[in-house]
Amino acid sequence: MSDDQAPKDYKESFIHLEYQYTAGSATTTFLNQVKEGRLVGQSCPKCKAVYVPPRGSCPRCGIATSIEVPLTDKGCVESFTVVHIPIPGNPIVPPYVCAMIRLDEADISFLHLVQDIEIDQIRIGMRVQAVWKPKDEWTHSLENIKWFAPIDEPDVDVSTLRFKPS
Amino acid sequence: MNDSKINLLEAPFELSYKYKRSSGPVMSKFFEGLSQKKIFGTKSKAQKVFAPAAEYDPDTREALTEIVEVGPGGTIESWSWVNSPRSHHLLKTPFAFALIKLDGADTAMLHMVSDCDESDLSIGKKVLPVWSENPTEAITDINYFILES
Repeated sequence: MSDDQAPKDYKESFIHLEYQYTAGSATTTFLNQVKEGRLVGQSCPKCKAVYVPPRGSCPRCGIATSIEVPLTDKGCVESFTVVHIPIPGNPIVPPYVCAMIRLDEADISFLHLVQDIEIDQIRIGMRVQAVWKPKDEWTHSLENIKWFAPIDEPDVDVSTLRFKPS
Repeated sequence: MNDSKINLLEAPFELSYKYKRSSGPVMSKFFEGLSQKKIFGTKSKAQKVFAPAAEYDPDTREALTEIVEVGPGGTIESWSWVNSPRSHHLLKTPFAFALIKLDGADTAMLHMVSDCDESDLSIGKKVLPVWSENPTEAITDINYFILES
């Protein structure tokens, strides 16, 4: 609805919150590696599940995940959604694709963008690899990866990705 | 992992967004009233007066449509002193958040009491609104309440 069509009694309101975020040890370690262009997860000493980004503990076993596991920046699209509605303040112009990316050897996925492909060509199980920003722009952020782009490898059957406790 | 081994990352975050909302037919009357330096409540069939205006009686679920003017003065029912206002507070000097039962109302309204010391305040004290000279049909059309002299 454009402003001039809005009912007279519509009022502009706002929410504003300021806070200080402390990353904690697992996220700090992860982001320090991301700043150097590396993706390092953590694995559970009991069930061996690999978490990336790591949160410092295994929700399945309830114990700390102190084992560092270097990972590749390749993986597959576990699921995705096409975003058509612009979010105020978001510089990305719709339509674009948000996808859950499952890195090889990881047991959980994380949210990132998929680009360099027509939207209607994107599919679950598609192999992708991170497209990194230039090294001099790297910070403590997964935004060091611009997006994930398809690579020429056969699709993965995502049903095989289901976690199997060891 | 021992947190003391690494310098934990920290960053300030700011979450902010605007949205548009409709006050609805009943609350619109309340907000319009504020811009005319009037405080409106709603009256139930049982003659209970809700101020600020309520759309429904929470006890009987009766839809409330009868608008009545209350106040502008009221009585402090409860209060909490803010000695060091934070950046998001509207008043920059010490003030009280107070539940104010406006004259003629049976319920209390949350607002601020200022231009006084903490020791001046007590439950039952009479207060009067200080109106904004730039009304915007919002609760801030009342700058704050002051103690009745």
